[in-house]
Formats: sequence, C-alpha cells, structure tokens
Amino acid sequence: MLTDITLGQYFPGESPLHQMDARVKIVLLFFYIIAVFLFDNNINYALMTGFALSLIILSRLPMGMVLKSVKPLWWIILFSFLMHIFSTPGESLVKVWILDITGEGILKGFIISLRLVLLILISSLLMFTTSPLKLTDALESLMSPLKRVGFPAHELAMMMTIAMRFIPTLLEETDKIIKAQQSRGSDIGDGNFIQRTKGMLPVLVPLFISAFRRADELSIAMEARCYRGGEDRTRMKQQRVHDIDYVATGIFIGFICLLVGIQVIYT
Amino acid sequence: MSIELKNVSYTYMAKTPFEHLALNDISLTIPEGKITAIAGHTGSGKSTLIQHFNGLLKPDSGVVLVDGTDIGSKNNEAKMARRKVGIAFQYPEHQLFEETIAQDIAFGPKNMGCGPEETDSRVKYAMDFVNLDYNKYADRSPFHLSGGQKRRAAIAGILALKPKYLVLDEPTAGLDPKGRESLMGRILKLHKEEGTTIVLISHNMDDIAQYADNVIILSKGKVLIQASPEEAFSRVDAIHQAGLELPEIKEILNELAAKGLPIENNAYTMEKAVSEILSVLGRQGKC
Repeated sequence: MLTDITLGQYFPGESPLHQMDARVKIVLLFFYIIAVFLFDNNINYALMTGFALSLIILSRLPMGMVLKSVKPLWWIILFSFLMHIFSTPGESLVKVWILDITGEGILKGFIISLRLVLLILISSLLMFTTSPLKLTDALESLMSPLKRVGFPAHELAMMMTIAMRFIPTLLEETDKIIKAQQSRGSDIGDGNFIQRTKGMLPVLVPLFISAFRRADELSIAMEARCYRGGEDRTRMKQQRVHDIDYVATGIFIGFICLLVGIQVIYT
Repeated sequence: MSIELKNVSYTYMAKTPFEHLALNDISLTIPEGKITAIAGHTGSGKSTLIQHFNGLLKPDSGVVLVDGTDIGSKNNEAKMARRKVGIAFQYPEHQLFEETIAQDIAFGPKNMGCGPEETDSRVKYAMDFVNLDYNKYADRSPFHLSGGQKRRAAIAGILALKPKYLVLDEPTAGLDPKGRESLMGRILKLHKEEGTTIVLISHNMDDIAQYADNVIILSKGKVLIQASPEEAFSRVDAIHQAGLELPEIKEILNELAAKGLPIENNAYTMEKAVSEILSVLGRQGKC
C-alpha cells in the first residue's frame, strides 16, 4: 500500500543520537564525510568503519534496517568496484578478455566501495534519527548567515517543510484515488508502457486538481494568520545545544585527532 | 446471499513503529436486499472495513465471501464477485477526471468491457438515477458543476457499474440539508426499484435510524453491535462506549419515559415516535 511509505526515513526513538541537536549532527556529519575522503590508510578505514557501526548500535535502530539503506545505491557501488578492479595498473591476477584484474585493483575497488558505504550509512543515520521538521529547522539555522547576502534561507526551509508536510497527505490522496478508480474497474499498472501511462491519467488528473486546491487553501490560511516570511518570527520549538551535544562534539574531535595522528605516523 | 466476513483482521504498516491494528477479528454479514448501516467513531476501522468488501485490501487473516465466493482467490469467479460490489468513497467527487460528465461516468462500464451502446445506455441510466439531465449535462465538464452535482455525478460513475451491493462512505458529508435529502432519496429509490443492497457508512445516527434495516457498530476495530436498529439503539451504554450518540428521537423518547410517560419506547423514527406518543396519550384520554 502507498501510505505504508514512511515520511523520509525518520524512525522515532530515545537514543542519544535522537536527542542530539540536529545542527550539531549535520555539522559533525559534514566533517565525518570529509574525513572519509581525506584519510587513506588501512587502520583509519577500520577505525572509521568501527565508528559508524558503533553509532548504529548507539542509535538502537535495527541494524538490518540501517544496512538496507545502502540498497538503492548498490549498483553505483558495484559499478565503481568493477571500474577499479579492471582499470588499476599492477600485477595481473586473472585476464578476462582484454581486461586485467589486478591485486591492487581489488584492494582499491574495495576501499572505494567501503567509502561509499560509510558515506551512505552515516547520512542515513542522520535521516533515521532526525525528524524532517528538525532537519529543515536546522538547515535554516545553519544557512541563516547567508541571509545577509540575500539568500532566502527561511523561505527555502519553509518550502521544504511544506513539501515534506504534504508528502504523506498526497500519498494518502493518491492511494484513495487509485482505490476509487480501481473500484470502477480500472487496472492501474497493467499492460505495456503506453497502456500504463494512459492508466495513470485517471489518477494524475484528480491528484493535480487536489494539489492545487490544497496549495490554494494553505496560502489563504497562512495569509489569514498574517504570515509574512521569516523576519522577527519566534519559534515554538527553540533549538538548543545541550550537554549531550558538547559531549558528542568532544568525542568526535578526539576521534578526528586520533585519525590525524595515525595518518601522520604511517605516512 | 450476502457479503460475509469471517474472522477478518488487518494491520496497517506491520512490523514498523507505526504498526496499527485496524480490524481485529471481525465477523459480520451484510444481508442481500437490505440497507445496512455501519457506524463508529473516527478511527474505528469503518473505511478499512469497506475496502475489504471488493478486495481493495486483502485481510491479513480471515476470508471475505461475496455471495459465497471467496474474493481473495485469483480466479475469474472471484473477479466477477468483486465486481458485484460498488464502493463510493468519501468525497467521491475527488475522483472525477474526464473532460465531460458522460465520459467520466462511462469510465467504469468501459473498464468492465461494455460495448459503446451498452455504455451509453448505462450512462443515461446512471445520470437519470442521480437526477442529472442527460441532454443538459452529458457534455459539460464535471469541474464546472456545483458541489452537490459533482457528488451525484461521481456516484453515477459507480451506479453505471450496476453493482448488486452499493457501499457508500458518508455519502452526504459536506452537503447542505437539501442536497442530503435529495441524495438519500435517490439512494432509497435505487434500493426500492432495483433491489440494490445498500451499505451506508454514517456518523449521523438520525440518518441511520431513518433508513437502516440493520445496524453494525464498530469500536476500535471490533464489532460492538450487529443488530436491528431497535435492538441497537436500546443498548445505550454500548453506543456511548463506541463514542456515538443515540438518534435524537430516541433521546427524546428515553427522556419522556424517564419522566414517567408509559410508552413502549421502541420507536426510533419520527413517524413511529409520533404514533407511539399519540397512542399513549390516547389511552390516557388526553387527546
């Protein structure tokens, strides 16, 4: 069923990762990603993998679910792995047609794949532990220095919030319309490409009409409440940095120092 | 023959933190040729329930039988059985999509494989039934109709399927009193003239009292009451427990009885109540 899709990937919980301030999480994620691409020594790879895994354990999310988030990008990972296997010069192990598989290639391919997997895992962890609303609030707050040069940070965040707010509504609406048309005997999703596209029309037309109607109603409702953009607006949920965020940042800085140390010693 | 549900359970979003048991071991019968009303508080599972009647949702456990056929099977017989049930969802006007009203109503019959002539005659029949003049409205855009007319055009789209069982989810929601009455009148006419079995979902206990032969009250995904209106409305506590109110007429009679008027207190429609009160007063020689 369509409405079984969860909004974003947020998985409610009470873990330390859930409690952290979203802004802190985004900034730390940013540095972690830089670290993943900067450090290239085997001990560091092991440490970063261990760090990501312990974060997943700390988040108390089902391990399988987090690992599954790699699935959509599986082909990209496989592709880059194969590219490296075949294109890295070195001692040939096996020869396939005109391509050589080298030991160096396998190692390099493995490391690139590991980097990608870590990247996806740790970003999904942010999405899993942060509600979409907190995420947009945090983005707005992080982008707010750019307001001085005329960047519409608040408007962008508001648009994102509204868009995300309406994803479940529109999904529900789609589900309802599909069911209504199915009740009238339409076989949505059957037949060849043209038939399927045609079959979508009875769903898309009512969906667009209702989306425009909703947009119209929402804008009237916002104007009726005197909404006029971000200036001087206060928030119901203030974003605050708590002890847990300082502790997390401290641990993270320690971790980065360790990585830098190992990198310097071994190169 | 009837629609029969046996031990049907359904869970939304199973195995996630949002898991929600919508139907919990439901067994009920919708008898043919009657008007059955299904009532229940918001979230009691009414809408989930009716989606099982034509196989839009498949029960996690239990079976749904339409005229004795298990509609969960994959054979042609099950498909034909599913087609006996027409469902008009809440705000059915949101499903309109074609350029003209006639084309929109023809969508269902065409999907069922009716030829052009049969389709045409069904469109005329359906428009006639909901009181939309074919000559005047057939070629108009459905989006230029008034709210009540849109609703009727959309319901005509279901009637064109000529369902044996017509399920209506809050058909009068959002209509003005006149629109309500005319729509309910049309539905009753369909029931009387064509013998269509009607399943009516409603919050409005007065409507239920007036039209239903059979009342099913749901609460938290379970069947709380399945009985005749008389019996159902005599179980005041259960009805309140389900978060519903008694029909106004019934409230008035209960109050009269509590104040000492020796009425039988079986009535739940205006006519019956009036005649009951009159007969009591007559016996007492007051009129």
